[in-house]
Amino acid sequence: MTTVSTELDRRFRDAAARESLLDVAYDLVDTPIGTLLVAATERGLCRIAYDAEPEQEVELLARRFGIRVLRSARPLDPARRELDEYFERRRTRFDLQIDVALLADFNRRVLHELVQVPYGEVVTYGELAARAARPRAARAVGTVMNRNPLPIVLPCHRVIGANGKLVGYGGGLERKEALLRLEGALL
Amino acid sequence: MAVPPFERFYDEHRNEVFAFLVRRLGRDRAEDAFQETFLRALRAYPTLRHGEHLRAWAFTIASRIAIDEHRRPKATAELPELADEDGRPAFAELEHLADQLPPTERAAVVLRYGYDLDYADIGVALGSNSTAARQAASSGIRRLRQKGLT
Repeated sequence: MTTVSTELDRRFRDAAARESLLDVAYDLVDTPIGTLLVAATERGLCRIAYDAEPEQEVELLARRFGIRVLRSARPLDPARRELDEYFERRRTRFDLQIDVALLADFNRRVLHELVQVPYGEVVTYGELAARAARPRAARAVGTVMNRNPLPIVLPCHRVIGANGKLVGYGGGLERKEALLRLEGALL
Repeated sequence: MAVPPFERFYDEHRNEVFAFLVRRLGRDRAEDAFQETFLRALRAYPTLRHGEHLRAWAFTIASRIAIDEHRRPKATAELPELADEDGRPAFAELEHLADQLPPTERAAVVLRYGYDLDYADIGVALGSNSTAARQAASSGIRRLRQKGLT
């Protein structure tokens, strides 16, 4: 059977993004801690997923952002570049536009505080709760971290337990450890 | 059935739509037509109300584009019967009339009499075969006659 060449396929995926016809574009990005599925709307980066099952993730993106979901490399070029630089230790903060419009207010406020935690430093769940003006909400902050739609870029790996333990991480503790080690926060 | 994410629709139908366009237009022109087909599908995608007959829908768009492509270099000499007096293509009229038919019959009638596809291609478009396509088209026509529309 006549099949679509890689080149033609890429041309269509580029054109779809260029003409702003997509609700969400996504692509896979290879990193030292595994392949990430990275997605963006016109407003900005909306999803980074570890160990993603592409089909499931595509369904999820469609439900959340709209059914015109298409894998397209070009819209994710800035994210790919910044992630590459981050993993090569040439970048300590991300300059990407992000789209967290669909998140609840409290989650947005906590994530806003999270972004202020500098590269190479850590903060406890309780401390982050205090910074978000909810000093007793350490547990709720834990939940927000667990549901962080943009790990790495919104650095939930920098949030640890009051006793200095790493506690948990959506992508698995070994990744949290690897990221903190990369940033020099962990020896 | 819910409309699937576009990625799935594209992934499921791109190769057969491309093969169809290659048969109609040759490989070179098929590439542009392919891109145009799926861009047009993408533009219309949010207006779909359900996820049924997406394959026939994709082929309908591809057929329309193949006809436009055919017309372009050779003017209208080759397909004079497709335009009526006010310049409106005959298939636009037909699509409207066929609106009242069940989806498979509608697709078969429109593809056969509106776009002049042969039954083998229509069978591919409908995910069946040429015999089933012929049956669907003729029962569609019969139904239209009963309604006094032809």
